[in-house]
This record gives sequence, structure tokens and C-alpha cells, in this order.
Amino acid sequence: MSATKGWRSWLTTTDHKRIGLLYFWTAFVFFLIGGLEALIIRAQLARPGNTVVSAETFNQLFTMHGTTMVFLALMPLSAAFFNYIVPLQIGARDVAFPRLNAFSYWVFVLGGLLLNASWLLPHHPAPDAGWFGYANLTSREFSPGPNIDFWLLGLQILGVASLAAGFNFIVTILNLRAPGMKMMRLPVFSWMTLVTSFLIITAFPVITVALVLLMFDRFFGTHFYLTSAGGDPVLWQHLFWIFGHPEVYILILPAMGIVSEVLPTFARKPLFGYTVVVYSGVLIGFMGWGVWSHHMFSVGLGPIADSVFSATTMLIAVPTGVKIFNWLATLWGGQIRATSALHFAVGFIALFTIGGLSGVMHASPPADLQQTDTYFVVAHIHYVLFGGTVFGLFAGMYYWWPKMTGRLLGERLGKLHFWLMFVGMNLAFFPMHFIGLLGMPRRIYTYAPELGVAKLNLVSTVGAFLIGASILVFLINVWRTRKRGKVAGNDPWGGATLEWTIPSPPPPHNFDVIPTVASRLPRWSMTQLTAIPEGAELGKPHAPAGSWWPLVAACGLPVLALAPLTHTLWVAFLGAAILITGIYRWAFEPFEV
Amino acid sequence: MAPAAAAAHHTSLGLDSRKMAFWAFIGSECLLFASLISTYLIYKGRSLVGPYPDILNIPFTSISTFDLLMSSLMMVLALAAVQRGDLKWAKVWLFLTALLGMFFLAGQVYEFTSFVHEGLTLQRNLFGATFFVLTGTHGAHVTVGVIWLLTLWSRALRGKLGKANALTVEICGLYWHFVDVVWIVIFTVVYLIQ
Amino acid sequence: MRESPAGEHAHPTAGVYLRVAAVLVILTVIEVGVFYVPAFHPVLVPTLLILSAVKFTLVVMFYMHLKMDSRFFTFLFGGPLLLAMVMTMGLMFLFGAFVLKR
Repeated sequence: MSATKGWRSWLTTTDHKRIGLLYFWTAFVFFLIGGLEALIIRAQLARPGNTVVSAETFNQLFTMHGTTMVFLALMPLSAAFFNYIVPLQIGARDVAFPRLNAFSYWVFVLGGLLLNASWLLPHHPAPDAGWFGYANLTSREFSPGPNIDFWLLGLQILGVASLAAGFNFIVTILNLRAPGMKMMRLPVFSWMTLVTSFLIITAFPVITVALVLLMFDRFFGTHFYLTSAGGDPVLWQHLFWIFGHPEVYILILPAMGIVSEVLPTFARKPLFGYTVVVYSGVLIGFMGWGVWSHHMFSVGLGPIADSVFSATTMLIAVPTGVKIFNWLATLWGGQIRATSALHFAVGFIALFTIGGLSGVMHASPPADLQQTDTYFVVAHIHYVLFGGTVFGLFAGMYYWWPKMTGRLLGERLGKLHFWLMFVGMNLAFFPMHFIGLLGMPRRIYTYAPELGVAKLNLVSTVGAFLIGASILVFLINVWRTRKRGKVAGNDPWGGATLEWTIPSPPPPHNFDVIPTVASRLPRWSMTQLTAIPEGAELGKPHAPAGSWWPLVAACGLPVLALAPLTHTLWVAFLGAAILITGIYRWAFEPFEV
Repeated sequence: MAPAAAAAHHTSLGLDSRKMAFWAFIGSECLLFASLISTYLIYKGRSLVGPYPDILNIPFTSISTFDLLMSSLMMVLALAAVQRGDLKWAKVWLFLTALLGMFFLAGQVYEFTSFVHEGLTLQRNLFGATFFVLTGTHGAHVTVGVIWLLTLWSRALRGKLGKANALTVEICGLYWHFVDVVWIVIFTVVYLIQ
Repeated sequence: MRESPAGEHAHPTAGVYLRVAAVLVILTVIEVGVFYVPAFHPVLVPTLLILSAVKFTLVVMFYMHLKMDSRFFTFLFGGPLLLAMVMTMGLMFLFGAFVLKR
């Protein structure tokens, strides 16, 4: 299996760079699908009493938009960068478990396909109970069709992918650093990847249980979330949000890490308060576990619970705010080069701050009682997730595109992309603050003209389509860059970290010689990158061949999921057999890292 | 088993990558079982109809508990044997560990079927649902452990379990002891504290 | 496989393992005894929790070798374990487990 060309080499690859690219393109396609779902939603809401889609289809659209964006677009886009960039930043040849890495990717693709396959069946039974699937709407009684089954099975499969990646990156970052790369010399993006990975391995088991209990209710007649036997639907909400709140930090921390890399490079100045930024990220990770019931202020948890979660939620704004001040201080007094990447990073700061402010407003239970379940919350989540995560991810794309492809994305188109997206995003989501406070609830497929939100909704729709246009600009940029983009050398930006010391794109083995690091900014203190250490072997180190078994094992999971979907037991045995065979062959295959 | 390639290179913390990954996995499993145990505790006493926890057979389950504790002892003895290259005793202890594990599973099957006969099913009430899902998940973990142990045992039978493979036995041991430790919690929280 | 230097130190002997096993058995006997002896029922819950915690700790520290291994593994396991316990307590509180019955 020494081929590096051809489709088979991609199916069997265990190279973190290739896996990163696979994640990127797959996630971007899902991002486009989720975006399309959003555009249809916005078309429907552009006018009161509109009839673009039925109410049932609308429910499916907002459910799939949320589920797709969170699990199939944003998380995997972050994973694309974890995969490609982290080993380079820490001075490693690959991740700790390359085949497990491939397994994560294949499970992700298959899970995403399973989830979206629901669109293709007759009467398109796509999930339709919201991305957070509240009980008892998700019970067999109120959701008799396969919609929720696709949802819960798809999410369980995706959870496996995320967990595997979490373990992989924890070990990689802790154990595979180059000599001299102490933890407090680690680039902030790699630090945030580490914190995110810990959040993943602790939060995902909780939603796994929540989904298992839902599966038992729907398939085996239990009453975990059903009141008829004494169960409590609120249990679902607790379990979901115990996962769900760490999940939003899983979504934002990588983008914060990217911003922490981009700003110093284009301000030609080290990150202000590196230590504080790192500790804040760690603190956000811990504190993120203590706020979950702020999603439940209207449930009637009682004054003690409400007060406690209100306080913890307000407290978590502190480390977040600290980061923002550090980023601003990084820019202050720097030699600014206004590249597209920097535009997106600065845009992140502004837009995420706005999202953070509406978030603090939610932290007050009495205020939240008016805001919750209205478009005010939709405004908040999109400022932090679109203005935050998506802008951060695009900053990463413009920043690391040359490293991954060897060519620079066009700057003119990049800036056009930025401005269209920035204006579009604010047009789309700022009015939602008002729309929500004027009384428009979430998740309704139409509204009456008397509510007085028609004009604002129209503005929002225009903004959404502007965002769509900006994405087209990006895609044009990507297409043109393939053959006509400016060729990037090792280091087109003058970056400080190790990924800029090697060719663009890097050779399979990354580093000819693993560097010894003596500072936090190895490339900016070039004299610190020591000469070739004694005893180091030169020449091209062997890069591992690929393996079929991660893909085979991954295939077992959707087959397993087909059993409940088709109500046939033997399919489960087939799926288990494929999974076990894949695992055994994987375990006993000779594989040199 | 293929040599632990991840350990062949120098590592930043001087710790084996596979062992590190496995401790992280065990940490993650704490959250899994805690969610199930929390669900059990939340719904304790809320069943609208019986059978209730007095159906639990403490003497019988105490024997299951001893069984699992002893299997942990067998496991550490198996690891010690592999670490000193003693293939003969490695085979013995690995097999005994697996055997005790299978006795535990047999006990669970007996317990579950007798409960069903007495009217406690998944669907009957919250006690049935939470009990069977919690102990069933634990039982599924034991099953995976038994398969893992028997795989190692069959490697040993073919002479392929030497000192160089001690790490894989150690990791299997970590899994097995963790499953035992989860049972210690379940035995106390479900059976003894009613 | 090269032995990792900062990894394990002296292995416990079989004697240590057997003594741990004996203690585990004794503790289990006491647990079951506490369950059956009515005089202990007022302190049933704390007693059982403490006894099982001791068993848990013994298995983890000696059989899983955590006492002798790198403290980092203790952190990798202990962190999520603590989180899990706090989460369980939190959920129990939220569902009314710690409300004084009138």
C-alpha cells in the first residue's frame, strides 16, 4: 500500500494532512447544505403568510439546519484544522493514532450521510423536532415516523467520531511535542484544541446516554421521558444541555484559537498576555460545565437553581472578556497588515462581542423569560456561532490555505467575501434582536402581519442571501486559486510558529528533522531554532502506509443503525460483524507509526 | 499483537501513548456511567407500580460481587505473569479471569430472567427501565471485556503473548478493573442503598 | 516495546495483590452485614458510601496501578471522575433529592 495517488490512497490514508483535507471538503459541502436550508427558511419568513414550504417541511429545515451546522459543518471544519495544523505546530510527524484518526473521519462522513439520507426517502422524513430534540415531542406517540430515529442514530454515530478524535488529540498534544516544546510554548490554537478535546470526551458520553434513553423509549417501550409512568421530560433537557453547553464551547474555542494565531501574525507582534489567554481558555472549559440550566430558565426549576445558574453564567463572561481585551491589546501598536485573514479575525472580535453581550442579557432569568424561545436567542446564537465560529474558521482558511495547498487565496476576492459576509450577517441577524423582543417566537413557519415584524424579517432575508453571495465569492476565489493563485513558499506571512518552517504543502513526513524548540515563537527567534541536533538522522523518514481497516470498521456503524431503521434484527448482527472484523484486522495489522 | 509502535518513540511526557489514551477513555466512561446512575437515582422511588427494589436478591448479588472482585485479582496475576514472561501462568490466570467474567454474566442473565418472570420488565415501570439499562450497559461492558480476555488468551495459547505484549495485557486489565469498579458503585447504590 | 522511564516503578508483589483481595472481600462482607443488621440502618447510607469508596480506591490504586504510576494518569482519571460526581450531585439536587421532607 505504498501508492499516494489514486482514489484508493485516499480511502486508506492515515496521513493527518490528507485526513484534514477530507474533513475540510466534506464539512464544507455540509456547510453549503446547511446554508441552503437556511436560505429556504429565510425565503419562507421573508413575508407573513408565505407559502414557500409547508409547516412540516419548515420544521425539518430548521432542525436539519441546526443539526447540520453544529455537527456536520462547524465541528468538522474545526477538526480539519486540528488534523492538518496541530501536528505541524507541535513539531510532530502525525497524530498519536493515525488509523483512529482515519476512523473518525469515515465515521463522520457515514453519520452525516445517514442523517441526510432522510431527505431522500419518500415524503422526506427528515428530523423535525429541533436540533435539541426536546422530549416528549420526540416520543413515538408524537413523532411516529422515522424522522427522530434518523436523528438519534445519526447523532450516536457522529458521537463516536468525535470521541475518537478527542482521545487522539489529547494524546497527540500531550505526548508528541517536539523537544523543547513545553506546554507554555504551545501555540494557542493547539492549546484550544487540547481544551476542546477534553470537553468532547467528557460531554459526549452524556448525550450518548440521553440518546440511548430516547432510543429505548422509542423502540423498547420504556418511559424515561414519558410522564405516563412517572418519567420526566425535563430529564432530557438536563442531559441534553449538560452536553449542549460544553458543546458550544467546543464550537467556539477552536475559532478563538485561530484568532489568537492570526492576530499576532498580522500585527507583527506576539499575542498579548499569552499565559492569560491560555488559562482563560482552560477556565472557560471548566466553567462551561456549570452553566447548563441557563437554557432552562423557563422550565420552573425553582429560585435556587435559577440563581445559581444565573451567577455561573455571568461569571463565565469574565474569562471570555479577558480574551477579548488581550486580542485588542495584541493589535494595539502593532504593524497591521490588513489581509483577508485579519479582516475575518477582527470581524470575529466585533461580532462575537455583540453575541456575548446578548448572552449576558440571557443570563438574567427574569430577562430571559422574555427572550427565551424568541428570535432574540436566534440573534445571540448566530452572532456567536456565525460571527464567531464561522468568521474564525474563515480567518483560518485564508491564513492556512497557502500552507495546505501551496497557493495563496486572492486578496481582492477575499476582502469582497469579507465585506459581503459582514454586511450580510449583520443585516440577517441584527434585526432578530428586535424581531424577538417584539414577540416573534422561534421555530414558527409563518407569522401574522399584525405582529409588525414583516419588514425586519425581509431585511433579515436579504442579509441571508447576501451571505450566500459572499460564499459564492469565496468559492470563486478557491476555484481561481487552484491554478492561478500566487505560489506560497514556506512562510508567506512571516508567521511565528513551526508550521511555517516547512514547505507548502508539507511533505508526507512533515519535518526532515524534528526541530528543537527554545521559545514560544520559534520562527521569530530563528536563532533559537537550534541547528541539526546530534545524532539526528537526516533524509526522508518513512511515512506510514495506509490501512483499509478504519474504513471497514466505520462502515459497521451505519449498518448497525439500519437495523432499528428497518426493524430487522439480522442487520444489527451484520453491522456488528463488520465492525468487529474491522477492529480485529486493525488490531493485528502490522503498522509502524 | 503488533508491537505498541506508539511507545517505540520518545514521548513528551515519557508516558506510553496507548496507556494515556486508555486512561482518558476510562475518564470518559465515568461520565457515561454517571449519567446512567444519575438517571437511576433521579427516578428512584418514582415508579407508579411495582415490582419495587425489594425484588433485588442481595445474597445472590453479593456472590456476583465477590466473583468480580476475584476476577480482578486473577487479572493482576495474569499481568504479573506476562510481565515476567511466564506464558504458562499467563494462560491460566487470563482464562480464569474470563471464566469468572462469564460466571458474572451468567448470574446477570439468571437475575434478569427471574426478574422478568416476577413481572419486572423494561416497560413495566421506571425501576425496570433504569435498572435494566444501567446494569445492562454494565453487562455489555463485561461482555466486551470477556471477549478481549479470550482474545488475549488465544494469543497466549499460540505462544504470542510475551513480555513485549505486556502493555496490551495491562490495558485490558485497566478496562477489566474499571468494569469491576463500576460494579462496586452499582452494587452499593442500586442494591444496598434502597 | 521500550519501557517508558517515567512510567511504572516497582511492581507490587503477588502478596500485595492477595492482601488487597482479602481486604476487598472483608469490606464486602461488612457492607452486606450493614445492610442486614437493623442497628446500622440510621447510618446505612454514609457507611456504605464510605466502604464502597474505599474498595473503589483500593482497586484503582493497586490493581490499576495508579498509586505507583505517573500522577498524570491520576489527573486524567480523577478529573472526569470528580466532574461525574459533581454532575450526579447536581442532577440529584435539581430533581429534589436533597429537599427536607416535611
